[in-house]
Amino acid sequence: MKTIDVAVIGGGVVGALTARELRKYHIDVAVLEAADDVAAGASRANSGIVHAGFDAPVGSLKAKYNVLGNALMAGVCAELGVPFSRNGSLVVARGAEEEAQLQVLLERGRQNGVPDLEIIGRDRLLELEPHMADGVTAALHAPTGGIVCPYGLTIAAMGNAMDNGARLFTGFEVASAQQTKDGWLLRSATGQEIAARIVVNCAGAGAEYVASLFGDAFFHIGLRRGEYMLLDRAAGDFASHTVFSVPTKAGKGVLVTPTVDGNLLIGPTSVEDEVYSTAVRRPAFGEIKEKASWMLRDIPFGQVITSFAGERAYCDRHDFILEWGKENVFHAAGIESPGLTSSLAIAREIAGQLAKRLGAAENKDFSPFRRSMHWLKELSEAEKNAVIARDPAYGRIVCRCEEVSLGEIRDAIRQNPPARTLDGVKLRTRAGMGRCQSGFCQPNVFHELMKECGLRAEEVTKNGGNSYIITGGEL
Amino acid sequence: MKKQLVIIGGGPAGLAAAVAAYDAGVRDMVVIEREEKAGGILKQCIHNGFGLTRFKESMTGPEYAQRFLDEVQKRGIEVRTNTFVTALSPEKQVTCRSEEGIFTYEADAVILAMGCRERSKGALNIAGTRPAGLYSAGTAQKYVNIFGHLPGKKVVILGSGDIGLIMARRMTLEGAKVECVCEIMEHSSGLKRNIAQCLDDFGIPLYLEHTIVEIKGDERVEGVVIAKVDKEKKPVPGTEREIACDTVLFSVGLIPENELTKGAALPLDPRTKGCLVDGSRETDIPGIFACGNVLHVHDLVDFVSEEAEIAGRAAAEYILCGEREKQLVLTSAGENVAYVLPQRVEKGRDVKLYFRVRSAFRGAVIRVEAGSVQKAYKRIAVAPGEMDNVTLKAADLTDADNIRVSVLREG
Repeated sequence: MKTIDVAVIGGGVVGALTARELRKYHIDVAVLEAADDVAAGASRANSGIVHAGFDAPVGSLKAKYNVLGNALMAGVCAELGVPFSRNGSLVVARGAEEEAQLQVLLERGRQNGVPDLEIIGRDRLLELEPHMADGVTAALHAPTGGIVCPYGLTIAAMGNAMDNGARLFTGFEVASAQQTKDGWLLRSATGQEIAARIVVNCAGAGAEYVASLFGDAFFHIGLRRGEYMLLDRAAGDFASHTVFSVPTKAGKGVLVTPTVDGNLLIGPTSVEDEVYSTAVRRPAFGEIKEKASWMLRDIPFGQVITSFAGERAYCDRHDFILEWGKENVFHAAGIESPGLTSSLAIAREIAGQLAKRLGAAENKDFSPFRRSMHWLKELSEAEKNAVIARDPAYGRIVCRCEEVSLGEIRDAIRQNPPARTLDGVKLRTRAGMGRCQSGFCQPNVFHELMKECGLRAEEVTKNGGNSYIITGGEL
Repeated sequence: MKKQLVIIGGGPAGLAAAVAAYDAGVRDMVVIEREEKAGGILKQCIHNGFGLTRFKESMTGPEYAQRFLDEVQKRGIEVRTNTFVTALSPEKQVTCRSEEGIFTYEADAVILAMGCRERSKGALNIAGTRPAGLYSAGTAQKYVNIFGHLPGKKVVILGSGDIGLIMARRMTLEGAKVECVCEIMEHSSGLKRNIAQCLDDFGIPLYLEHTIVEIKGDERVEGVVIAKVDKEKKPVPGTEREIACDTVLFSVGLIPENELTKGAALPLDPRTKGCLVDGSRETDIPGIFACGNVLHVHDLVDFVSEEAEIAGRAAAEYILCGEREKQLVLTSAGENVAYVLPQRVEKGRDVKLYFRVRSAFRGAVIRVEAGSVQKAYKRIAVAPGEMDNVTLKAADLTDADNIRVSVLREG
């Protein structure tokens, strides 16, 4: 078996961007993902916030990579065609006690190197966000705060890495690691093997387990679940900034933010878990509504289109772990918030260290560009007509709510990283993410997957594993 | 492209409107249909019971649709399938997208006949996971009746709307076990005949004032927790119980599909979720008409056809005779009435008022007040699932400045 240079364990945002950064050098890289698609864990279900950087303790890795990552985000999103918006964030305070905390955040942000922070009074705040709740008195305004689509970034980064020669193995759950003379031999739960000189652990919630396979046990990963409510695009302009509240005696608040796709997202709650779970608890709805009402009034909760939860890994050090463990094993673990913001800065750090260790030269053939996920929507009518004339499938609408064409569904199945499930198509195209929540388009996407991938009806899944759509058989 | 009449939607409403407009003299028209075949949701409604009111015979959905498709074909009316309308402007420009590209019709008149969509599970704030095996009832119906795939074997249905009831029977006939139907209200929103024929005949329990509070299962559904609800529709603690199942169907309401309508800046009625119209089904923009489930959700397709014919004839009149001055009177929903359609009535013309009651009871009197004219009509029973109607003559409206419909208990 050929020994590759680097095996990245975990196809989340950090793993995908790391693979992409590694391909900027002559480094042979494979990403091993336990699930059936990338962005299967925290990268699928989080707030999608590009934090300004005033939250992290001064001098922490979080602070360093947050501020670096924030500055890099616009560039990488432009290269990868991922929607990104620097919509600015607001931390709102109610009364003098909370306003004092804004000062703490302001000072911390300045020390962390966050530009353009200012504290604003209620009048200015109302100009920025007209739906501010009555009790809100002031806010910290961070114009560099932004929003990005977290799974969109992950998919695009992985796709671009693959277009540049990286390989992706899905359904590869690393079950054992054996040290060899020139690196590590990794075996999957189903018996697949990969040999690599260097292993990068980007396994998110599974990072502690993966570390243990190499004999590393110097950190502990905890799980914290965040529950969200997502509102229809009709409510998307309810708030234009990402609105947080300062932590109070009543606990940590939630945030209210527009998403880059035009929805309104409210959450997350914070639930400590022993066992991985993405279930939404019954009290979550009430909690989210109450905490959101601390900040904004008249939130149109009647326009909820779905609710979901994401499980986030955090480390007992409460800072990122970015360090070498056993020989030639690098751990990128405990990448909790602001992990998404920091992801590219972290990936660059890892790639730089690995390139040095491998003595790898720069890859001059690397192309950083990937066509936007929403390229068709961005065209003028004349340009769209030219596209449809070349391939009529782009004229055929499959998802009515989000106006996604058959051509775009096929692209999602054919392009890197290829979609193999209904959720895979949904994350890449938005088909099924609209107000009808896939009621109309699901059977059509289902049949396109059958056709394109040569699957039988009972083999199509929602999200890999045993998530079969049809379990009652053929009639 | 100029077109005298563009009809958006080739379901039962669009087809009936096209035939009526043709018969009233319009020739330059097109029906736009986004699916591969016209006929709308009737294509997947293979059960019978359609047409009893209108044709005095029981047909399946596809048979009912075929009657109208035959009429459309006989007249040579153009139906553009696989064509999706992306925008409607207040100036009656209809922009379409199809395999032929993006193109715009400049229409003299437009009939909105887009139908409705199912309310999704996501809107219900149900706790738990999001595994495979959750379907809206109509989606499951499409898998079963159009594609021949049975989604699952052990089913719980939330909501006793007609599609949910029909699917309870359909899944049972195909070998699935339907554990129960849960309905959060104290009455079903479905037709009485469907409760009898789809649940009672198969021994499927209907749990009124019950809802699903949690969904279990990581990859595929493994069960649901159901609970009784109180008068405020809140789950009553202690009444939860878990039911094992691999499939959950949601039949929790239909919403008129008015995204295009909003784009044309037409106001919607918060009760019907459709346009405000007069007796001819004309909206706030002269020359734009609406009919069928995009206007208000009907119980029977027979009434959809009837309403579409009104809109089709009126559109023809608008196209051939021009805009007409109308003296309008508002209608209003009185006691125990959820809504009255049309929302305004033209003086000097007969009008049929459609309405739905808020709660079910036996021994009812429908009272209509129109100025000095007061009318009363007896009903043996009324129910929210069944749309009712009364007809007023032009002579009844002479001194009315509002027409109010109430439904009272007899005596």
